[in-house]
Amino acid sequence: MPLSTTDALALSPGSGLTRRDFVKVCSAAAAAVGLPAWAGEKMAEKVAKGQKPPVVWLHFQECTGCTESLLRTSHPDVGSLVLDLVSLDYHETLAAAAGHQLEANLEAAKKKGGYVLVVEGAIPTKQDGIYCIIGGKTAVQSLVECAEKAAAVICIGSCASWGGVPSADPNPTGSTGAPKILEAKGIKKPVVTLPGCPANPYNLLGTVLQFATFGTLPKLDEKARPLFAYGRVIHEDCPRRPHFDAGRFAQVYGDEGHRNGWCLYKIGCKGPQTHANCSLLSFCEVPGAWPIGIGHPCVGCTEQEIAFRVPLHTTVPIEKPTAPMAYPGVAPEQGTVSAVAAGVAGLVVGAAAGAGWLASRKLAREPGATVDDKRKE
Amino acid sequence: MADIGRRSALKILGAAGAAAAVPGEADARVEFRKANAEDYGLLVDAVRCVGCRACVTKCKEANGKGQDVRVVQGAAYDAPIDLNATTLTVIKAFATEKDTGFVKAQCMHCVHPACASVCMMQALHKGEHGVVEYDVTRCIGCRNCQIACPFNVPKFEWASATPKIVKCELCRHRYKDGKGPACAEVCPRDAVTFGKRGALLEEAKRRIAARPGAYQARVYGETDGGGTNVLYLSPVGFDAIGLPDLGTEPAPSLSETVQGTLYQGFVAPVVLLGALSVVTWKNSRQAKKEEGR
Amino acid sequence: MSAPARPVQGKFVTPAIQIMLLMWALGTVAGLYRFTQGLGAATAMSDGFPWGIWIAFDVVVGTGLASGGYAMALLVYVFNKGKFHPLVRPALLTSFLGYSVAGVAVTFDLGRYWNMWRIPVSVGHWNHTSILLEVALCMMAYTAVLFLELSPAVLESAEKGQGRLADFARAARPKVERALPFIIAVGLVLPTMHQSSLGSLLLVARTKVHGLWHTGLLPLLFLFTALAMGYAIIYFESIFSSVAFRRQLETGLLGRLGAAVGALIAAFVLIRFADLAWKGRLGLTVTSGVQSFFFWVETVLFLGAAWLFRQQRHRPSAQAQLQAALLALFAGSLYRIDAFLVGFNPGSNWVYFPTLPELLVTLGLVATETMAYVWIVRKFPILAGVAMPETRTAPAAAAAQQGVS
Repeated sequence: MPLSTTDALALSPGSGLTRRDFVKVCSAAAAAVGLPAWAGEKMAEKVAKGQKPPVVWLHFQECTGCTESLLRTSHPDVGSLVLDLVSLDYHETLAAAAGHQLEANLEAAKKKGGYVLVVEGAIPTKQDGIYCIIGGKTAVQSLVECAEKAAAVICIGSCASWGGVPSADPNPTGSTGAPKILEAKGIKKPVVTLPGCPANPYNLLGTVLQFATFGTLPKLDEKARPLFAYGRVIHEDCPRRPHFDAGRFAQVYGDEGHRNGWCLYKIGCKGPQTHANCSLLSFCEVPGAWPIGIGHPCVGCTEQEIAFRVPLHTTVPIEKPTAPMAYPGVAPEQGTVSAVAAGVAGLVVGAAAGAGWLASRKLAREPGATVDDKRKE
Repeated sequence: MADIGRRSALKILGAAGAAAAVPGEADARVEFRKANAEDYGLLVDAVRCVGCRACVTKCKEANGKGQDVRVVQGAAYDAPIDLNATTLTVIKAFATEKDTGFVKAQCMHCVHPACASVCMMQALHKGEHGVVEYDVTRCIGCRNCQIACPFNVPKFEWASATPKIVKCELCRHRYKDGKGPACAEVCPRDAVTFGKRGALLEEAKRRIAARPGAYQARVYGETDGGGTNVLYLSPVGFDAIGLPDLGTEPAPSLSETVQGTLYQGFVAPVVLLGALSVVTWKNSRQAKKEEGR
Repeated sequence: MSAPARPVQGKFVTPAIQIMLLMWALGTVAGLYRFTQGLGAATAMSDGFPWGIWIAFDVVVGTGLASGGYAMALLVYVFNKGKFHPLVRPALLTSFLGYSVAGVAVTFDLGRYWNMWRIPVSVGHWNHTSILLEVALCMMAYTAVLFLELSPAVLESAEKGQGRLADFARAARPKVERALPFIIAVGLVLPTMHQSSLGSLLLVARTKVHGLWHTGLLPLLFLFTALAMGYAIIYFESIFSSVAFRRQLETGLLGRLGAAVGALIAAFVLIRFADLAWKGRLGLTVTSGVQSFFFWVETVLFLGAAWLFRQQRHRPSAQAQLQAALLALFAGSLYRIDAFLVGFNPGSNWVYFPTLPELLVTLGLVATETMAYVWIVRKFPILAGVAMPETRTAPAAAAAQQGVS
């Protein structure tokens, strides 16, 4: 049902946004995250009905990079997002309020429940989690309390997904990701993880907007990562793949290959084992603004087994090898000859022949070795 | 005494030999299968192929085969250099006048296959729609098929403790789902197409007629080796793309003719046995008499 | 008839046997490796060379070497040369052991060896165009027939004892001996069939077997080599047994055979050359590089053997006989290995040379066969004219023996 002008104006009084503009914003948002075009209308509808989904955003052991990267989006821009599309009830970085006022907002949101809980940052567990206390509560406490009332939990960034940088060896604070905490506490809510350092903000937007519009979450893999963003490894979508297939590698930074944009596999690119969509989305909305694009091998920041564990310049095995740009001829050479075996065989044959020869020589001296022709048998 | 034995032996053997040499139903002795226009087959066009290898990948996927991992210049690739136990089809490169050409290799599904001719218990046999099929339950792994095939198609799982013979079977396990071979399904250039032999042959000739400068004038497999159900078009001589010159007789024609002639109806061995039995019996009686036992 | 067959007796474990036990042990280790690690790891066989020395040597050459029983049966029971009767049993024993060992080699070689039982049983699936099937069935049957032909020797030995076994032997022996002529006839037909079929196996590989070996006459040529090797092995075995077990050499007897054997070998060479000439392939004998070399080695060995054999008619000498036999055996073996391996080119740049485990298994099988022969010959009445233990060291007695036939 189309929105009436009045309804639209009711959204953000004094915003000066026409209905048309607003639907445009929603459609752009939908398109940017891969939702169908008509989802924009549906989004606008929901908003008109006053059904802006509430979002509670918790920060723990993090650098706030994920929030920062979210600030650098333009469709929708953060302004439209927090003012028009969602109800951001709690966000320590973006909230105008602070202190008791902000905490009161959080309590109110928790009372109501049904919000999308976004977690940014790792949660320390050593010594009862005293290494991260905000507003008098440990990170574990805050997470548990908020998660119990949430409709869904989205972990943004590698820190919230599996521990990220704080969990690097020797992990002095016992940092871990939110899913592990929730599992340990037996809290069963739909969980989405969006690893990355930072996570690409459009992956978050896609997930949140889908949930806001349709109430569903995207299809997830076994690590609760949306398949639309983490279904393939960097190696599969990398623009430098033809160089890999052709065997053109940069050997050291600054060499001819490196300057020509050749494949960075040999200087330690973790692309073949890193699930992410960085090559397709890039960052800061600048095409080519991603590690490989600027000439640095992928560090595998989404993968718990790789990021901050496997040295930057160590090569990783290729999991699903594909064809190189090299072809066999019509009759390729195959098979090998063992020198040892050849030696042994020669020895045996020679020994047999030699033995036979010697035996026949000796035989001449045996009784009965010759027979006179005239003798009868 | 010895002379009598030799003389009678030779006489009897001579008679036996004559009896066995009687032609009998000479022409019906060995029959070779004839090409059937309704049989399923492939048309492989080495002029159209661009070497994308979608067929190789799809074939492995459809048949549940793994990659052939080779490390080239420090990186791992799936790079089979030939058909093998995990590769049922492969793309090979060859030189053309100015460029590189590509050709797809796989089982030729011969009209009268050599592999089926030699297989002891018909593990390899000509099945429905003319597809040369493999039944592992009857295979003893003797690898006679590998010796026999003039195209070197059947491959053996040398690395396995329970090895099987592996080769293209035209994706016959997909027919019940209404699908044809995976390679033909995925080829972006129609360089490999699936269909009935008669129709494929017509299409092949049409392509040659449409661009006579680009193609060799004949279709390989029309009569080669008694005919194959996988037909080839090529820009260069067929030996340059790895297809041997086989003449028009099926590959197993000589062995089947010789064996058939010698053992037709098992007449010769039985006659020989009869003759020899007579001789040995006579001789042993004679020997007993001589020894006075 | 000369002296009847008797067990040789004496100590089994001699230094030679010890060496063979070592070979057997190494072969067993290699065999375990094959069965646990698979054919690809243990052998150099490949998709280009699916048959290696286990087929080409152990089976094809091995059964050729085991054609002594065939050759002797033909001579004694068909051409009625009774004088050679003493050579029959040892020949049958060598054949029986040779074919048994070939059967073991096949079990090693087959990829799906556990399905072997299907071969004689799955009659409904038999492929009547499969030459290998015919070879397999014939060899299985022939091994059984050889055992039956040898059974009188075993029964003779068992009779002497006491108890149920002896009674059974006493009852069974006359029955076996009555059926013997027919069994012998079967034992002549079967090897005629499968030895020629071994050659026919290569007929199908027209594009892979070199022109110097591939011909429609392969079955005939293989039959000839089987007979030639059969007679040669008789010579070898007779001389070997005489020297090893201190029994008189049968030089004169063997001498008479020489003319026929020489003629057989000469005919073989002649047919080969005539066939090559008729096909216009004589040029290949010099233009084919490695293949030409091996062709001429075969030919020279064959002709050398033929010449030495023919000499035996008028001037029999054990030395020349042994040399002739060895030349013929080498030549026949080389011919078969060349046809299956050296002259085999699958056309895709494959190479083959056996691996160490392959060689060790082959040597182990040869050692096992030899040890079995020695043990059986010592225990059962196989060899004729074996010297009594007392006269073994008396030179005067040995000289006296020479004066008597």
